[in-house]
Amino acid sequence: MTTALFCVAGAVAVVASVIVVTSRRIVHAALWLVVALGAVAGCFGALHAEFVALVQILVYVGAIVVLVLFALMLTKAPTNPLPTLTSGRSPFAAAIAAALALLLGTGVVLAFGNEKVDPVPDGSAEAVGTAVFKTWVLPFEVLSVLLLAALIGAIALSQRKKED
Amino acid sequence: MPLILPLLLAVLLFCIGVYGVLARRNAITLLMSFELMLNAVNLNLVAFDAWRLDGLATGQTLAVFVITLAAAEIGLGLAIVLLLFRGHGHVDADAARDLVEQDATEQRKGAAT
Repeated sequence: MTTALFCVAGAVAVVASVIVVTSRRIVHAALWLVVALGAVAGCFGALHAEFVALVQILVYVGAIVVLVLFALMLTKAPTNPLPTLTSGRSPFAAAIAAALALLLGTGVVLAFGNEKVDPVPDGSAEAVGTAVFKTWVLPFEVLSVLLLAALIGAIALSQRKKED
Repeated sequence: MPLILPLLLAVLLFCIGVYGVLARRNAITLLMSFELMLNAVNLNLVAFDAWRLDGLATGQTLAVFVITLAAAEIGLGLAIVLLLFRGHGHVDADAARDLVEQDATEQRKGAAT
């Protein structure tokens, strides 16, 4: 059951990601990103990581894609198809990506080809929260400092100079 | 479920992201491709967590941390993209070849002479 669910969600994720990187309409690419990220959240759910799936939907779909759409509007991104969105070196890029996929896929199959995983329900918010505040407190606090630094950095970057 | 399934999906997503980073020109689409690559990493973390079951929820905690990092990264990245748009009037990553702000170099030249 979970395997079938995972396969469906994974297929949707792959198709949506391919559209994200090949679409000629930039706003469509951003909206297909929602589908791709939501399908990955479904994969997390099939692996019984419900909390991660919920955080994925909340942060990625709720915040990051909205930020991307805001940036598209602020940079006056055109809504009509742009043939120049993908540069002329895309066959080269596709060759690199295919070679990388072959290499990584072979390595993964050789290393973990026979392993089985049966996800047990331990991905609730309670389990992850206990782990975060029992074992991972220091990385958690460092992460909050990093978020503050990113916030201050973004404000400093987007400030206009006084002469302008 | 075979462990190979999530791992292969992660490999595919990562390579699609690599293709996007290499082939796209618009800086915002580059950032979207980065998000796809980070998602592949998250998928790996969650899959290995379900495989090992170490009782600490290591993989899931790290996946949540990576999602937080992605939020910080996209915030800073979009701030830089908006700065690029304000300075150059475009967000073409291929055409942005300056490593220095133009007025800063002029100031330095003026100070030297």
